Amino acid sequence: MPIHEKSLIRPENITSHDELVIEGVDVSGHWSTFIETRVISDYNEEMEQEIAALPGGEHIHRCWQCGSCTNSCTVHAIEPRFNPRYWIYLIRTGMESELLRDKDIIWQCVSCNKCTYACPRDVVPEGVMKATAHWLEMKGHVPESPSMTFDKIFTEQIVEHGRIEDTKVLMQFMKRTNQPLMQDWLKQIVMNIGMRLPVKWGLRSAWNFVFHPRVSGWKKAGAALEDYINEVEQHHKSALGDNKSKVATDNAGQRQLRAAE
Amino acid sequence: MVDVTERAKQLRDVAYYPGCALEGSGNGYDVSTRAIAYALGLNLRDVKDWNCCGAMEVKNIDPKVQTYLSSRVLSQAVNKTKNNIVMAPCNGCYHNLKKAEYDLAHDENSREIIDKLSTKAGHQTYEAGQAETIHALDWIKETIGEEGLRERTKGKLAGLKIANYYGCMYVRPRHIFPEKDQGPGSESTSKPHFMDDLLSAAGAENVEFPLKTACCGGAHTLSDSDMSTKLVLNILQAAEASGAEVIATECPTCHSGLEMHQIRAEKRYGKKTNVRILYFTQLLGLALGIGPRKLGIHTNISDSIDFLREKGLT
Repeated sequence: MPIHEKSLIRPENITSHDELVIEGVDVSGHWSTFIETRVISDYNEEMEQEIAALPGGEHIHRCWQCGSCTNSCTVHAIEPRFNPRYWIYLIRTGMESELLRDKDIIWQCVSCNKCTYACPRDVVPEGVMKATAHWLEMKGHVPESPSMTFDKIFTEQIVEHGRIEDTKVLMQFMKRTNQPLMQDWLKQIVMNIGMRLPVKWGLRSAWNFVFHPRVSGWKKAGAALEDYINEVEQHHKSALGDNKSKVATDNAGQRQLRAAE
Repeated sequence: MVDVTERAKQLRDVAYYPGCALEGSGNGYDVSTRAIAYALGLNLRDVKDWNCCGAMEVKNIDPKVQTYLSSRVLSQAVNKTKNNIVMAPCNGCYHNLKKAEYDLAHDENSREIIDKLSTKAGHQTYEAGQAETIHALDWIKETIGEEGLRERTKGKLAGLKIANYYGCMYVRPRHIFPEKDQGPGSESTSKPHFMDDLLSAAGAENVEFPLKTACCGGAHTLSDSDMSTKLVLNILQAAEASGAEVIATECPTCHSGLEMHQIRAEKRYGKKTNVRILYFTQLLGLALGIGPRKLGIHTNISDSIDFLREKGLT
């Protein structure tokens, strides 16, 4: 079955009849199931260009639909709906409404790059997945994914200090995603390891937590990065058409506020 | 052709880039890397005032920011540490430095942006070709080699069944590792074997493990924990099915992911696995007769002290 017909076989597009006679011929039984006729008219012609304008999406036009990406995909093996080949097809043909059916799982790409390794056309499907997830958020189709929240916390710490501190990343992430810090498995880990750890280890962790590890002379680099990130965000925003990208505007606004403080 | 002994001599004194994870959750990797360097007479000079390489997260904000962060590390190594071979034990760091090297060598736009950011930040711009990034595996393999390990360890790991787990970032994407897949003697990106070579030289028995370069879901270890747990459980169960007692790791993200989700899999899905998880540097350290505490084995979440005692390795 060609991949673009995949969506036709959903239960809501199929009609069954127990008894059916067509033009005088009794077709009850095997021949009683039909796929509803479909007419698509709501193509989003800008979608491919917009996704191609975001980092990672640059080479989407190279795809010739061989399916190596989906075949090698780590996430596809666990979640069969995760299908890079199909999504690239939908993006290139502009079938936005079909793509939006899977909007809540596209961010789940684990960046293992098996697809990039397998792709004979150097599409970099991993990048396309990231660009698509980014696009969905910028367009306001989905709320910020936990993955994006994590990336932001990480980047903020680097811009500020030059290095990250993992306990702090963990705590901030749990806080911003409204999860209790002491998950059952985390408690178990602390209990398993707590008995064995030398005092020195605990002291060192506490020290790093209070005095965030920092790079001396980082201030100028941090400022340069912050400016650059703002600039890039503006650029993405204009690539997607100004008034549509609500999330990006909000972020820029928050940064300006922080800068003003 | 490069003189092999000359190169081995050069690699005995390298710039060492531990990275953030080795200062935090992956501290056992740092401690054991330093311990075996000392035992083998190899010199590690810490990169002066290093910063984070950008890990897997920053590129999702913007890839050029990651390239800049990695290029600054290389610049610090070349200009401040005065050493043009950078040894990074963390797969993430190793991957990012390699990627920055590739981008700066092939992309004019990256060069411009990195130059602009470096000038603003007030340090010398790193230029492609000034430094070479190597992994801890390359470092041991090229300085000491299998022959050297065989002599020094006297097959001390004999009887230990190991599954070697390399992860994603050490081999993918292929184009950023031009020295790999170059025929006999070089590392393979589809079936990596450097860790197998080193540990078998130390006497260990490597099991046939099909998931050497499978993904542990490290990028989403917190943001999509269920996915990570499923991926890790798959790796742990495959290792046990292959007959392995220990999984040897070479990446702090993989290592802590395997340890953390081993416990999480038991809590969430009731699937208990007993395979131990150790850094390959910890295993080599044991083979060289270094005590487990000096290798940070007691700071691993996965408790292997009793197991190692049973095996006569402590």
